[in-house]
Amino acid sequence: MTGTPGRSVVAAIDQGTTSTRCLLFDHDGQMVSLTQREHRQHYPRPGWVEHDAEEIWRVVERIVPEAVRQAGLEPAQVAGLGIANQRETTVVWDPATGRVLAPAITWQDTRADELVAGLVADGHAEEFRRRSGLTPAGYFAGPRLRWLLDHVPGLRERAGQGRALFGTMESWLIWQLTGGPEGGRHVTDVTNASRTMMMDLRTHTWDPVLLDLLEVPPAVLPEIVPTTGPFGACRTVLPGVAIGGAIGDQQAALVGQTCFAPGEAKCTYGTGAFVLLNTGERIVDSHHGLIPTVAYHLRDQQPVYALEGSIAVTGSLVQWFRDALEMIPTAPQIETLARTVEDNGGCYIVPAFSGLYAPRWRADARGIVVGLTSYVRRGHLARAVLEATGWQTWEVVRAMDADSGIPLAALKVDGGMTANHLLMQFVADVLDVPVERPLVSETVSLGAAYAAGLGIGFWADLEGLRRNWHRAARWTPTIDPEHRAREAANWSDAVNRALGWSPR
Amino acid sequence: MPGRIQSLERGAAVLSLLGGASPDLSLAEVADALGLPRPTTHGLLATLVHVGFVQQDGRSRRYRLGAGLTSLQQHGVDRHDLRSTATSWCDSLAARTRAEVLVCVRTGDAAEVVHHVFRPDGSEQRLRVGELLPLHATGVGRALLAASTTGHRALTGPLTAYTARTPTASTRLAGLLDRARAAGFAAAPGEHVPEVGDVGAALRGVGGLPVGAVACAGHVDTLFGPDGVARPEVAQAVTATAAAISRALVTPR
Repeated sequence: MTGTPGRSVVAAIDQGTTSTRCLLFDHDGQMVSLTQREHRQHYPRPGWVEHDAEEIWRVVERIVPEAVRQAGLEPAQVAGLGIANQRETTVVWDPATGRVLAPAITWQDTRADELVAGLVADGHAEEFRRRSGLTPAGYFAGPRLRWLLDHVPGLRERAGQGRALFGTMESWLIWQLTGGPEGGRHVTDVTNASRTMMMDLRTHTWDPVLLDLLEVPPAVLPEIVPTTGPFGACRTVLPGVAIGGAIGDQQAALVGQTCFAPGEAKCTYGTGAFVLLNTGERIVDSHHGLIPTVAYHLRDQQPVYALEGSIAVTGSLVQWFRDALEMIPTAPQIETLARTVEDNGGCYIVPAFSGLYAPRWRADARGIVVGLTSYVRRGHLARAVLEATGWQTWEVVRAMDADSGIPLAALKVDGGMTANHLLMQFVADVLDVPVERPLVSETVSLGAAYAAGLGIGFWADLEGLRRNWHRAARWTPTIDPEHRAREAANWSDAVNRALGWSPR
Repeated sequence: MPGRIQSLERGAAVLSLLGGASPDLSLAEVADALGLPRPTTHGLLATLVHVGFVQQDGRSRRYRLGAGLTSLQQHGVDRHDLRSTATSWCDSLAARTRAEVLVCVRTGDAAEVVHHVFRPDGSEQRLRVGELLPLHATGVGRALLAASTTGHRALTGPLTAYTARTPTASTRLAGLLDRARAAGFAAAPGEHVPEVGDVGAALRGVGGLPVGAVACAGHVDTLFGPDGVARPEVAQAVTATAAAISRALVTPR
């Protein structure tokens, strides 16, 4: 065992969209403590979703010491602290007071869409793609920062004079933890920086051309550092404890699932789903609507990249089926209902509630149910709901195969929907690869802990971490290939019928 | 032919009346509609409120049908709700004991596996969901039997002998169920498959009724001492997990 004697655990902060959690893990990667607290969601206008970054910081101040107490430990027994965070959420604050200068604009917020449409209309899309690897979208942090600079009175002037700082959520928390107005470190981890549309994906530095296009003064920007820092030590909350790592939440899940070799992939099933495929030291330029991104960068090693495909609606379709259609009393009972029938009865649901994400990126798509006949019963609709998640995963994985040339060998899954065996079997069937669920389902927090533990030497190397990964369940393909091909063709036809819907 | 019981008929009439009423009814309205004296009507309503079939609004004092009626139609807990609730607890149980974990529900004369966590040792394993286990020859099955109100008397078939250790006599099984009730868990070393055993504890839903059982399963040497008694740390982990899942099952989400 490596690590300082007496320092037995690593703490992970998972700063998420609806809540912040603190988990402690021991050297075997087993969770020993968990605390959690929600924060408020603010919807000031349609399409706007804001968080109060000060409220989130107060939550962190409270739950981290609580988690250490709950485990019966002293702060001195915590070897290091890691942070995983909701990505692309944009914070600006005053370095002199530590107060925020505007509400944080979250990743779900659409206010920067128009601004990005302007950049694209001016012919800058290719420049952003070539340098940052990202196709311009209001989803990324850079355009949100630009919106703030344009709309918060006095912010642009402050920014030019070094009297305003920008950061994504991990940046804000690290600055507060390392002293805030008294010498707080203004840094960002490279996985988060790779989602701003402002970073050169090859050099991991802010790109002056892109900053110019977005009219962002360099003085507001944090220093980009590897996933394992250096970030410095906490001066509050856990005084003296080193911050060993920081990483975006989906990349954290990739690390928590120990997908360390090129070709290894994970899918996290929540309200939406995120597939990340490790592409090794290679940046894979996507021609199929995927996002090349930094997977992780361990200090003094080569950075590792990933291809990412995001699906907007998976678990939220089950929630809709439960709450809006009142077809089932609880989400897990969709499996009960789906098992009342043998198949989908010819029915397909394309859940393009707000257009389609990867790999199609069609804003003009809307949700449809097709193949309705008098034969179709509730159970068939339940099947179609679950199959929609399977086929959307299939589309993303197929695009990854085409872009990377690395065929997937197995898919590691996590998230609440992995309790649904019918769905997991269906995913294995349509992907034609085994689907595996790990014993530790808290993959995001575990990934943050791993990043921190690698950063401070609590864990020696990636291979050691692999030994902590244990398979809790495995589903292998059983479907007849001809049947799969027929169903795939039907799904594709259904998606085509969902495109181009523009009600007057 | 025995006579009909008047108070039950009147109770049923109250339920029919409330079921068809909108908005809720007052005591006077129920009494008038049924042509009964108020004290009698009040007694009927109070009894029905007590068993959960009728609900009285705290502020308006009016009566409506209660939640106890709808839960009559549910047979225990939905197995997929059960799996969803149990998953994280079963994961930690497997991590702690290094054994595979099973959650079963009663299906006729068998315990049906509805959730399975692999033994965390990297070996090739197959999902056992859907497998039927004998109630009398497994810990998980006996935990289900011991928690049920009818016990082993509800078993219809003969007690099949799978190994030399299988309890095949009804009296012996009854004794084992008594022990399981006293201990809070049931242990079955090598009774279904030689050298394989399990330690199970019942999961209880609303009202303490058994809805399933959770168990650690594996080679007898890993779960039992040389004397064939379940290792205390395994039994403790299984009963603590069963208690945690049971608590989660009755906590509204």
